[in-house]
Amino acid sequence: MVDSSLACKINDLTKTYKLQSEEVRALRGVTFDVPQGDYVAIMGPSGSGKSTLLNLLGCLDRPTSGSFFLGKDNVAAMNDDELSTIRATRIGFVFQSYNLIAQLTVEENIEVPLYYQGRLNKDARERCRELAALVGLGDRLGHRPTQLSGGQQQRVAIARSLVNDPYFILADEATGNLDSVTTDEILQLFEKLNDEGRTIIMVTHEDEVSARAKRVIRLRDGLVQTDLVTENRVTNASQIAESDLGSSGSASPDVTANS
Amino acid sequence: MLWLRTWALGVKSLLLHPMRSLLTVLGIFIGVASVIWLLAIGEGISQKAKEQIEGLGADNIIVRSIQPPDDDAGGFSAPKKYGLTRSECETIEKTISTVEKVLRIRELPYKFSYAGNPDVKPIDGRLVGCTSGYAEVTRLQIEGDGRFLDDEIDVSSNVCVLAGDLAQYLFPYEDPLGKQIYMPESRYYFKVVGILKPKNATAAIGGSLEAQDFSRDVYIHIKTMERRFGDTVIKRGSGSFSAKVFELSQATLRIKDVRDVPRTAEVIKATLEAGGKEKRQDISVIVPYELLEQAETTKFMFMMFMGLIAAISLLVGGIGIMNIMLATVTERTREIGIRRAIGAKRSDIIRQFLIETIALSVVGGATGILGGLLCPHVVELSRSLIQQFAPDVMKNLPEIVKETEAIIVPLSIPLAFCISVMVGVIFGIYPAMRAAQMDPIEALRHE
Repeated sequence: MVDSSLACKINDLTKTYKLQSEEVRALRGVTFDVPQGDYVAIMGPSGSGKSTLLNLLGCLDRPTSGSFFLGKDNVAAMNDDELSTIRATRIGFVFQSYNLIAQLTVEENIEVPLYYQGRLNKDARERCRELAALVGLGDRLGHRPTQLSGGQQQRVAIARSLVNDPYFILADEATGNLDSVTTDEILQLFEKLNDEGRTIIMVTHEDEVSARAKRVIRLRDGLVQTDLVTENRVTNASQIAESDLGSSGSASPDVTANS
Repeated sequence: MLWLRTWALGVKSLLLHPMRSLLTVLGIFIGVASVIWLLAIGEGISQKAKEQIEGLGADNIIVRSIQPPDDDAGGFSAPKKYGLTRSECETIEKTISTVEKVLRIRELPYKFSYAGNPDVKPIDGRLVGCTSGYAEVTRLQIEGDGRFLDDEIDVSSNVCVLAGDLAQYLFPYEDPLGKQIYMPESRYYFKVVGILKPKNATAAIGGSLEAQDFSRDVYIHIKTMERRFGDTVIKRGSGSFSAKVFELSQATLRIKDVRDVPRTAEVIKATLEAGGKEKRQDISVIVPYELLEQAETTKFMFMMFMGLIAAISLLVGGIGIMNIMLATVTERTREIGIRRAIGAKRSDIIRQFLIETIALSVVGGATGILGGLLCPHVVELSRSLIQQFAPDVMKNLPEIVKETEAIIVPLSIPLAFCISVMVGVIFGIYPAMRAAQMDPIEALRHE
């Protein structure tokens, strides 16, 4: 049932909020797999359940029903501490507003997830510096977030998201606050990371951004409306896509209307 | 290693708002310093009281004659006889086995001057008739190579021992030993054979409010006194004449074993009141041992009271910490959200904020201890400042304010430190829990 080559596997996920007496069914049964090395953009109008899905994918929240496998573990059944550990070890967050910790330097910000795993040693430090260099900020280690531009801050956030070697990077409108040039830089960075085999799940409402992903999942009213593979997979990384398709049965390469 | 980092992080966060942290620390500083100060001053006061009582000797029982109040306004009246008699003393000495020694004392107010120096005005003092044991019991010490009234003394010769202060007054430029002092009222000359070291006043005894002052005493042998001065004291005033008769002012009974003191005191009271139907008004029995026990109780009450005041100030300091931490938690909601999202457990968040409050209170506690240790110096300094700039005020201050020294209670330092850490934990736990209970999704959305 769980395939080791999958970054995550979602099955019939629902989420119902209670607002006073009213029940809001934000997700009504979402199913999809994300193979390792995939680059997925999740889109949808507001109220489509996009944010709810993001929170569930990020293990910040628990679904009302359904299963969510990260590797062998069903996250849906975990308690708060276990979820914290999962967040610290298997997920890399990139937020719209960067969300760096203001009183820490670039280097310290990158180290934070390791700190919470108790894995902060000399090697880890070295790795943090390498990651900073990877995102092009090797010379800014001692800077504070306020001394950096938005694009630079987002690079720090990306470096931070990579530090625990996550199953996937979860980017929430990662380019929403950036101008077009910087957006392009960040997207290039994502593409570079994806080419290196990193799995990226990105929530966005911008078509230009989603167009650079390999696959676009559109949500509507708490359901997956369309699940499309873009040209990028065929042109850029056909071999990855092929191997993915071979192993994961449920994610079909063409339009899947899971309604 | 990780703890170290958490501490470093906490301190860093606190230093982001130096003023705020400083004021919070100040609250704890005052609380902790006041614990030490109040305990030190309390200890100083009770120590003083204890010293005075111990000056009387815990293994002593003191029987004192009390002069009945003068009920005649003037004119002549028959000599009144009161107080402890020599025969009563003898009875006690012979019949009560726990009494080791009886020391008879008779005191008379007198004027003294130096026979060789007519310029010195006669000074009011106290003529004390006693025996050699007196010096030992009241812890008086002889200065230099003079001697107290030892038993080989010839009771028919007029020899005396002077208190240090009186000797200084009467003989400012000379060595008093071998010189004669003069008592103008009775026209006696007494030869000085010894000088005493100055001694502080002891606790009030015998129902009088004033402490016993040894500074103007002239000691002569009680037998000499009996021969030369008799038992009658005549007081002449303008148009009045009165006489009183008493044999002894005081008997100090040394008890062999301190544990027998309370029982012996009972027996002595019974002996003295034997025959009489009423309680004797002209005698009081003072038991320093009981006073000492009383003083302990008083001290305990006093310390409790002081402790309460200190506890209140610590409580205020603690509330200050809690207030600040609640504000900080609200202010840093977003940071909490970020930390939770990238892997912090609830316990990590609790630890982070708890460490900040503990850091605040430990710094407050440590500086408070330093401030507390300054207490004796500050007391000393303020006293000398008052002395220098307002000597009149100083003169009118009560004895206790003038002389009490603050004594740091050693236990109060670790106590104060523990309390400050506890205040940090107790008042930090709620804000920290609040931070940890935040929903990470909500917290991330917080602006």
